[in-house]
Amino acid sequence: MSFHFEATLASRDFDVSLHCEPGETLAVLGPNGAGKSTLLAIIAGLLRPDAGKASIGERVLFDLGAPARTWLPPHSRETALLAQEPLLFPHLSALENVAFGQRSQGVRAAAARSSARDWLAATETEEFASRRPDQLSGGQAQRVALARALATSPELLLLDEPMAALDIHSAPMMRRLLKRELAHRFAIIITHDVLDALMLADKVAILEGGRIIEFGPTLEVLNRPRSRFAAGLSGLNLITGPTRDEGIDTDYGLIAGTSESPLPPGTLAAATFSPADISIYLDPPHGSPRNMLTASITEIEPHGDAIRVRAGQLAADITVAALADLALEPGMRVFFVLKATAVRIYPA
Amino acid sequence: MNRRSPAGYTAVPPWIYAVAGVGASFVLIPLLAMVAKVNWSQFIPLITSESSLTALGLSLRTSAASTVLCIVLGIPLALVLARGNLRGQQLLRAFILLPLVLPPVVGGIALLYTFGRQGLLGHSLELAGFQIAFSTTAVVMAQTFVALPFMVVSLEGALRTAGGKYEAVAATLGARPTTVLRRVTLPLVLPGLASGAVLSFARSLGEFGATLTFAGSLEGVTRTLPLEIYLQRESDADAAVALSLVLVAVAAIVVGLAYGNPQRTTKAKVPQ
Repeated sequence: MSFHFEATLASRDFDVSLHCEPGETLAVLGPNGAGKSTLLAIIAGLLRPDAGKASIGERVLFDLGAPARTWLPPHSRETALLAQEPLLFPHLSALENVAFGQRSQGVRAAAARSSARDWLAATETEEFASRRPDQLSGGQAQRVALARALATSPELLLLDEPMAALDIHSAPMMRRLLKRELAHRFAIIITHDVLDALMLADKVAILEGGRIIEFGPTLEVLNRPRSRFAAGLSGLNLITGPTRDEGIDTDYGLIAGTSESPLPPGTLAAATFSPADISIYLDPPHGSPRNMLTASITEIEPHGDAIRVRAGQLAADITVAALADLALEPGMRVFFVLKATAVRIYPA
Repeated sequence: MNRRSPAGYTAVPPWIYAVAGVGASFVLIPLLAMVAKVNWSQFIPLITSESSLTALGLSLRTSAASTVLCIVLGIPLALVLARGNLRGQQLLRAFILLPLVLPPVVGGIALLYTFGRQGLLGHSLELAGFQIAFSTTAVVMAQTFVALPFMVVSLEGALRTAGGKYEAVAATLGARPTTVLRRVTLPLVLPGLASGAVLSFARSLGEFGATLTFAGSLEGVTRTLPLEIYLQRESDADAAVALSLVLVAVAAIVVGLAYGNPQRTTKAKVPQ
């Protein structure tokens, strides 16, 4: 059962098509307002696109192109949605919350409760069975909400930043549970965290401005980013330009690096490199075969143990001592220097 | 409780308390004046006279019936206004809320020209063997007409506060719309529904103008307590005052139930 989806919605400038293989987990990443939640809302049937179609295996979720339009209502889609907030029904106990889906589908109360108990056990929340949602912590409530979504045995599980609202103590446990539960399940997870994508997803889609700009196996997208957003996720600099004999001609100067395959001159190429590999000079260093990019500093901010110096689209990490030594300030024109071996080049 | 707790700074100028005191007196003094006028030695016989008990019983029965009608009609109306996506919804809301600001006697006239003998629907109904005007049914209809907006306003507010998120989640879990309404929406807005019902009941209990115009004042059939008070005022002022006090007591109980403890009502928005 593969998942196929394509939809356009003009009012939100949304135009996306996707294809997932059976049992895959897809992570959707992208800046705020990129259309990630719109994607899930359309799949779940909570938002109607202008045109498009979607199916899980043979089952059509919607088809707005055909003469006979199909639009399954949300309750017949078997696409349970877990959002940022747990949204447990406040008037029901944790157990009744988890039993809700099966009860709604006509399962008898006793059977639904017994199954709900199993799911509470699977999410390590069985001790909270009789508690009301307002007696649960954020992390506990979100685990109960996961149990509630899984208890309906959805064909496709939709997760909208399920860990965004959790504190740093609850998130790891939730991530561990998701890793176990998503292993052989068909799921789409929206996340801001590259760690979630790496741990949980088989494939990654980068959504920006309502379009998918990158799509592929997680490691491939993160190792060879083609968009600035994906490069930012991997913590890499990404600059593009046409290929010359000596390297790539970018806005900051020529940059040379190692390339897996030879690139014919004139083709558009991308260069990625880590901010940690950059040294900053106030004057051009002499007699060095290394890359030298010229840029004006725009921002200086703390970044872990280091100092991140931003210059336009470039970022360099230097030590506090180096910052003090160079007396850098925003607006200064400086030279970013790095070895060619630290730069990876591939077709953009 | 909250008032006693060491609250933070409140930006209320001292003179506001003086003006607020005048406002409170404006409401309280007339009530005290009425209590002072009560003939306490005759109080019990006055309020237990046959005509008084008949009027009180009729008032309670018709108000209960119109509250039920307000619940049955008000829930769908509030749902459509809060969640619906219809053209002309603003206009619909304006018309439904109109009885809030309309003089009740105007409502009574409108009902008379709809359900009266020569009315728009009344004529056909009469041919079918139903006569509504000047019956107990008419009392219930007049009360529902004026009380329905209280239910709709209260419930629509509760629905908007609750939002549609829980309903969307319930739907993705496989619940049909009717199941969502029964198991999620209504339990979530139960406090709003309850306070709407209490207000509708109170408004029905006090109804006078529309009832008199549309239903008349027939003892035991359409003469509710407010009508009885108005009638007694001419012949027996002591009885009118005693009955008024009964209405004040009932109204105070009802308002106390609805607004008595603001902490409870706000908390009840998310029922435990």
